[in-house]
Amino acid sequence: MNYLTTTLVLLGLIALAFTLGRRRAPVRDATWVKTASHASPGYYGAYVALWCGLPCLILFLAWIALAPTVIDSLIVGTLPEQITAGKSSSELSLVKSQIHSLAAGQAFGEPDPALSEAAARYTEFEQVSRMALFVVILSLAILTTLFARSHIRQHFRARVYVERITTGILIACSTVAIVTTIGIVVSLLFESSRFFAAVPVHEFLFGLNWEPQIPIREGQVAATGAFGAIPVFVGTFVVSTVAMTISVPLGLMAAIYMSEYASRDFRKAAKPVLEILAGIPTIVYGFFAVLTIAPWMTEMGAKLGIGVAPNSAIAAGFVMGIMITPFISSLSDDALTAVPNSLRDGAAALGATQAETIRQVLLPAALPGIMGGVLLAVSRAIGETMIVVMAAGIAANLTLNPLEPVTTVTVQIVTLLIGDSSFDNPKTLAAFALGLVLFIMTLGINIVALQITRKYREKYE
Amino acid sequence: MSSLDQSLKVSGPGAAPDDAAAQRDRRSRRRKTANLRFKLYGLAAIVFAVGMLATLVVSLIMTGYPAFTQTMVRLDIELPASEIDAAAPSDANYGKFFRDALYGLFPEVKSPPQRRNIARLVTQDAEYMLRDTVVAYPSMIGKTHSIEFTASDILNQLHIGAIDRELPSDRRSISDAQIAWYDKLVAQGRIRAVFNTALFTEADSRHPEIAGLWGAITGSFYALMVCFILSFPMGIAAAVYLEEFAPKNRWTDLIEININNLAAVPSIVFGLLGLAVFLNFFGLPRSAPLVGGMVLALMTLPTIIIAGRAAIKAVPPSIRDAALGVGASAQQVAWHHTLPLAMPGILTGTIIGLAQALGETAPLLLIGMNAFITQQPGGILEPATALPTQIYIWADSPERGFVSRTSAAILVLLGFLVLMNGVAVWMRKRFERRW
Repeated sequence: MNYLTTTLVLLGLIALAFTLGRRRAPVRDATWVKTASHASPGYYGAYVALWCGLPCLILFLAWIALAPTVIDSLIVGTLPEQITAGKSSSELSLVKSQIHSLAAGQAFGEPDPALSEAAARYTEFEQVSRMALFVVILSLAILTTLFARSHIRQHFRARVYVERITTGILIACSTVAIVTTIGIVVSLLFESSRFFAAVPVHEFLFGLNWEPQIPIREGQVAATGAFGAIPVFVGTFVVSTVAMTISVPLGLMAAIYMSEYASRDFRKAAKPVLEILAGIPTIVYGFFAVLTIAPWMTEMGAKLGIGVAPNSAIAAGFVMGIMITPFISSLSDDALTAVPNSLRDGAAALGATQAETIRQVLLPAALPGIMGGVLLAVSRAIGETMIVVMAAGIAANLTLNPLEPVTTVTVQIVTLLIGDSSFDNPKTLAAFALGLVLFIMTLGINIVALQITRKYREKYE
Repeated sequence: MSSLDQSLKVSGPGAAPDDAAAQRDRRSRRRKTANLRFKLYGLAAIVFAVGMLATLVVSLIMTGYPAFTQTMVRLDIELPASEIDAAAPSDANYGKFFRDALYGLFPEVKSPPQRRNIARLVTQDAEYMLRDTVVAYPSMIGKTHSIEFTASDILNQLHIGAIDRELPSDRRSISDAQIAWYDKLVAQGRIRAVFNTALFTEADSRHPEIAGLWGAITGSFYALMVCFILSFPMGIAAAVYLEEFAPKNRWTDLIEININNLAAVPSIVFGLLGLAVFLNFFGLPRSAPLVGGMVLALMTLPTIIIAGRAAIKAVPPSIRDAALGVGASAQQVAWHHTLPLAMPGILTGTIIGLAQALGETAPLLLIGMNAFITQQPGGILEPATALPTQIYIWADSPERGFVSRTSAAILVLLGFLVLMNGVAVWMRKRFERRW
């Protein structure tokens, strides 16, 4: 009895409920105005179908989400003492995954008989759970269908009820955004608090040494790990600064040309090209940085007698700047276009050239919008991951020199979490602390940016 | 402007009128050059950006196109009936048949280490390919067949010219002896370059010559399906509610701010969310397209909601009024009239959102979709890679053949993105209505 069968049976039941409700709808005979069937028959069907489907769907999802956890804890409870005694939660999760792979038929070597027994029990429990779900869903669907069907009478206002339920569904869907935000905040806070239980907050925020290794065996020398994130923050700052130095002038000048100088045809041709630049996935930019830009920069550096590291901040920042340019140019373009023409005409009437008009009239007027765009771009640069993962360094390096390799917050999150899913050492949890910092920083910048743009918009509308 | 200048000339202040006029002309010229310079800066910025795009595309094509051809080596394989049990053809020693055929071409080479170097010219999986072919076509047993095998990475690189044979032998990955053998094979007409179908039909492998994208493409397809199934209805429902029914109050303001903020949250944070909630808390399987699709759905949702609201807002109120006037309820107006008219706009936004999701890498890395998986996934719960994570894996692989494969994979990914965005643009052009 697998989930697919259950789903199909449930769908069948919903269809059945729909027809049952529809046939139960009050008949519209010659006197139907008097006997007043309130809605068309479909609404009666929908009413019963919703009653049949919704509770089952919720139960189904909750069951799928919670069953593995429940089964795991049941299995661990039945394990003999000598396996569970004195084990930390990570060792227990290792045991659990061993049982899972045994149950899936992947045995490596000669498994512990107690474990194979547990695996057999696991398979059995899973089957029982699926069977139980099927039976529960089936009976719940039948009960609710009969219940809903018994409601339908001559003056039953089916449409009102159906619309009330759909409104509820609509509201639930629109709150998903809030639930997501809450989920992000709660999960980041929860895992970070576990990290800060092991590493003090001030050490994390102000420490100058970032070496996130953990001792693999007891009493290992020189690998206790240091979690001072300042070098990581500085690295993020250096890369973002390089990116912004490239993208702000480029994006702004491109926007000025597009909105003030370019002919319509040029605009029509150039705008999509810039949009393509914005639509390229960041992993492509990352590979481009490694493949073309970084070797080119090293070569240029060698010619000029400057040592440029192959994974220098400047190569990653340069490519990131190219990536962000269309973002800044389109937001600045919007801001410039929103400046009313009366300002342009006024400046022209005073004899100003176009460049003077732009520099002294339009840019100050569009400044809030441009600033908002630049801030959004900064938050993008800070949160950008793939370019720096591929093109920047991994080792933390406390320097402001963009020619040296540095590491960033996002690079550290990825390197700390790739291939490691055990959740109770500071190394893994540090990634969540970094994620929390990243989230707070980008959220703060975004809110300020949106605030600035919103204020500006009110000015001319 | 010129009339303005002239009028200034007539009444301009200054000691000597001629002197003042000359000064004015100079200043005017200076200002005009400044204007021209400023204009050129703008043009240069655009040209630079477009030039970078061109450099990117050209360098990808230059490094990627060799991966679309694959060198094949033709060998005459003898399959003696005495050594293959027709009842259980998979048990025979195909490695021996294969090596006999290969070494038979170079009778002068006797020493085992040298012979191993010969074997390195053909992919290491050759004997399994031979076995699978014979198992599929048992009638081959007892005859000698001319079969083409995938060449190894080094021979492939040499054949397409990626390895310079003029280099000193310690600076290239193929030895002088191997080059001599290659020349002999070419002279015998046994080497041929064909279109690399394996790139599109195979899954990942440690050996670049037989590594393909099909596993990643199916993985991406499953993840995008999950993403679409979750985010499309939810996004429409949220957009309809916010645009048509929601009262203007603090709660809906909060929802709106939230949606705008979520659209700007770094993608890696969504990865952390997926890792902590979907994998760690709910215990969903690692590397599964289901989880990848769920994370991508959360990221795509704001895009769809924002596009959906814009499309719904663009439907003129007169249509709503007309429907209300003939007795439709508010919901009937929304479902029967507003939404169908807004649908092209919503679909366009959805396709653009899905295209973004297709290129998204960082969150998929965190939920483990960068695993090494040599089979295409059979469902949304089986471990899989996606196109962008496959690119990441290949970009990280040291073998030389993976450099061009990575570029080729990127070209395939960009091809899909161009296709999706092209459909979106076409839909916008085809169904756009001006009211």
